[in-house]
Amino acid sequence: MPPLLFFLFALITLGFGLNVVIARNPVTSALSLAVSFVGLAALFLSLDAFFIGTLQVLVYAGAVMVLFLFIIMLMDIKEEADHGRTNLAAIAAGVAVAAILAVQIATVSGRLPESAATTRSAALKLQEAGARWEALGSKNLPTISNDLKAGSLPDAKLMGDTLFSKYAFHLQVVGLLLLVGTVGVVALSKRDKEGSSPS
Amino acid sequence: MITLNHYLIVSGILFSLGLAGVIARRNILIIYMCLEMMLSAANLALVAFSRFNVTQGLPDYTAQALVFFTITVAAAEVAVGLAIIVALYRTKQSVEVEAVTKLQG
Repeated sequence: MPPLLFFLFALITLGFGLNVVIARNPVTSALSLAVSFVGLAALFLSLDAFFIGTLQVLVYAGAVMVLFLFIIMLMDIKEEADHGRTNLAAIAAGVAVAAILAVQIATVSGRLPESAATTRSAALKLQEAGARWEALGSKNLPTISNDLKAGSLPDAKLMGDTLFSKYAFHLQVVGLLLLVGTVGVVALSKRDKEGSSPS
Repeated sequence: MITLNHYLIVSGILFSLGLAGVIARRNILIIYMCLEMMLSAANLALVAFSRFNVTQGLPDYTAQALVFFTITVAAAEVAVGLAIIVALYRTKQSVEVEAVTKLQG
C-alpha cells in the first residue's frame, strides 16, 4: 500500500474516532464509530490480513454497530442533556491520561529498532513457503501450496488451517462462550410475569 | 516507507482516544463504544506485529488467530452489555452513569 493511502486511512480512523468521543448526539457517535471501523479494516488490509479486515467490516461495522444503533433508537436517547455543571474534573482527567499514554507510546515506538525486521522490507517469501507446504506431504490439501507458488497469499486458507488445527479446542471454547452469551442475553431481557424485578 | 512504528503509533492514539472517552463521557452507551475502540486498537497492534514478524516467509498467523478470538469475545460482550443497559434503562429511565449509584458505599 502506498504511504499516502496509509495516512489517509489512519486519518479517517483517528478523526472519526475523535468524533465518537466529542459528539453530543449518540447517533452521531455510533455512525462515526462505524466509519472509524471501516478505516481500521482498510489498515488491516494494508497489513495483508484480508480475513481479519473482512471480519472487522462484517462483525464490527455491521453487526455490532447495528446493535448499538438499534438500542439507541429503541431508547430514543436525545442529545446529552447539559446539567449546567460540566464535569471538568473528569474531562481533565480523561485528556491527561490520554495525553500521557500517547506520549508514552510515541516514546516507546520511537525507540524500536529500525532494523530490516521491523520495516516493510520484511517481505513475504511466498515461493519458499509454498515449497515448504508442499514438502509437508499429502495430509495437507494442495490448495495452500498451489496458491503460494502462484505468488498470492491465501490468507483465509492459512487462517482456517491455524484455527482448525492448532487452535481447534480454543475455537470450541469460544463457541461455548457465544452460547452462554446468547442464553445470558435471553435471561437478562426476559420480563418476569409475576411482576418482581427479574434483573 | 511505512514501518511497524507507524501502525503502533496509530494503535496507541486510538487506544488513548478510547480511554479518554471512557473516563470523560457520562452516557453508558458511548462508554461502551469507546471500549470497543480500545479493543480495536489492541487488534491493530496485534495484526501489525503479525505482519512484521515474518516466520518462514509468511505472516505469524498465531497473532491473527488471537485477533479472531478477540473479535468473537467482543461481539459476545456487546450483546450481554447492551442487554444489561436495556435492563438498567427499564428501572432507571436513564443511561447516565450518575443515575446508577446503588452500589456506592
